[in-house]
Amino acid sequence: MRGSEMTARDLSAASAAATAGEAPAVPVAERSRPRAVATSDRSIVFDDVSKFYGEVLGVNGISLVLEPGITGLVGPNGSGKTTLMNLMAGLLRPDRGSVRVMGLTADEPERLFRLVGYSTQYDAFPRGMTGFRFVYGYLRVHGLGRAEAERRAWEAIERVNLVDAARRKVAGYSKGMRQRIKLAQAISHRPAVLVLDEPLNGLDPMARAEMLELFRHQAEEGLHVLVSSHILHEVDDVSDRVVLIHGGYVVAEGEIAGVREEVEEQAMQILVRCDGPGRLAARLFAEGRVTEASLHADGQGVSVRTRDADGLYLALNRLVVEEGLAVEAVAPGDADVGAVYQYLIGGSQ
Amino acid sequence: MSTVSEAGAAAGATFHGSLPAPVGSPRLRLAQTLAVVRLELSRMLGRRGLAWVIFLVLPPLALAGGFAFMIRFIEAMPLSHAALVYAGIYHGFLLALVLFFGCVAIFTSLVRREMRDRTLHYYFLTPVRRELLLVGKYLAGVIASFVLLGFATVGTWLLVYAPFLSLDPEGLSRFVRGGAGLGHLGAYVGVTLLGCIGYGAVFLATGIFFKNPVVPALSIYGWEAINFLLPASLKQVSIIYYLGGLLPVAVDEGPFALIVAPPSPWLAVPGLLALSAVLLALSALRARRMELAYGED
Repeated sequence: MRGSEMTARDLSAASAAATAGEAPAVPVAERSRPRAVATSDRSIVFDDVSKFYGEVLGVNGISLVLEPGITGLVGPNGSGKTTLMNLMAGLLRPDRGSVRVMGLTADEPERLFRLVGYSTQYDAFPRGMTGFRFVYGYLRVHGLGRAEAERRAWEAIERVNLVDAARRKVAGYSKGMRQRIKLAQAISHRPAVLVLDEPLNGLDPMARAEMLELFRHQAEEGLHVLVSSHILHEVDDVSDRVVLIHGGYVVAEGEIAGVREEVEEQAMQILVRCDGPGRLAARLFAEGRVTEASLHADGQGVSVRTRDADGLYLALNRLVVEEGLAVEAVAPGDADVGAVYQYLIGGSQ
Repeated sequence: MSTVSEAGAAAGATFHGSLPAPVGSPRLRLAQTLAVVRLELSRMLGRRGLAWVIFLVLPPLALAGGFAFMIRFIEAMPLSHAALVYAGIYHGFLLALVLFFGCVAIFTSLVRREMRDRTLHYYFLTPVRRELLLVGKYLAGVIASFVLLGFATVGTWLLVYAPFLSLDPEGLSRFVRGGAGLGHLGAYVGVTLLGCIGYGAVFLATGIFFKNPVVPALSIYGWEAINFLLPASLKQVSIIYYLGGLLPVAVDEGPFALIVAPPSPWLAVPGLLALSAVLLALSALRARRMELAYGED
């Protein structure tokens, strides 16, 4: 989806709300409205999708349109990546909204799963199976005859470079080999949509490079490749676009460069609890340090937004002395957003 | 919604070209169901549950073997008594214990074990209706249980009658060839098959509807075990009542048993099959809406 318009959500509000277990500060009507993006039969469309596990939020109000190419789905553990993928594959049902993959829903498994290959995060395999038997057996369930299933199984196993180990039991495989045999099983029926949940986990650098090359190759063939990771750096090289997800909400989406820029451009919120918040806010505005300020209802603090947090902290030290303010606390109002992004970029910056 | 994208159609075209029949056709569905049966049977061979069933069938075989050994020391034991001995072993041991718990081991694990092992999604991600997946698993369970328990049924029967090859060869020959011998064996094998079908459907459903199927399985066992004490109206709400009514030799159930007329085979067989079909349909409906969130399971 190169060249597509970048859309970044209200990152701080969404994240803060997610942390607090509430809906984000963006208007509900706006969040739940399907985005006015032209979709085609080739799109994967999440339309205002919500999923709760009892009282626990899985994802909320997700509206996304994914076009062919590689899409990186990035977020910390527990952010909702797997829930989103499972909703797409029909392993979970949305409590609200709908998911369509190339026009098909999970209620049409006979058609949908010819198009979708899904390598889940579960590191589990049927007991006693060899790598070949694992791929071949499920191909037979697709309805393929013996010879054709065997041919396709070997083809897929060859693609993930696991031919030598194919006759061995999966239980004896290393983590990397298990990841690869899962991938072989997911691509063996030549799907048009490949969904990969944390496929690079446990792989050594060489295997990662091979795997990423395989994703590129699949995408070049016109496939959708949706790949999740909790490290942005891991997938940004191969992704045409990324979707950042946190606390069950999509916090940013688009081309990777645009997402970085947008996130960095987000004004940061800082809370100052002190005895003269009005005077402090006036001085900060006067010095052009903040773009927005709101006094707390109890008159004992102010929340400000700034694009230059370091400069603001330095100015605060000076202004507190000059104004003779008694400061109780200074804290980032949306620290978790910053933390999320820092976490996602994994120190690669 | 039946439209598929260009890319999807392109991908599907190469795939569909390799299929034995169009998507959704009965022929393709049959091929898929048989593939599930084959896969399940091959997987069962490596399962500990099946080892338990093999372990379960050994005691009745040993009991029959013991009888075959002991009968040499009992003078003038008539052949007709062997029929009573076998009926006792079958009803009290094979039917009430081995068949019941064999089916518990095999059928409850078909779905529940896969959820515990976190492998059920591999099936759910194939282009097969979940109802068919369930039918395939159930058929595999019926085949596996019938092979094992049918072997126990026949093996026990052969062991019980084997001593008469030397004790009363002529009587045995008449009993087997011209008498009721083979008819009895056929009836016992038939009851075993019906038991696998009936209990199989019950425990497949148990495995789908309950996170821990052991408790309901034991409850059902308790109900089946006290069946002989129950009045006629309650006896009918069980499987053992219908299976017991199909046995060729009646068994004395003790002084406390409430004797009622056995069900007609014309009621028992279709009734059991209908009950199994209903349970299978309910399980299929549940599977159709089932969500896989192993962590929450």
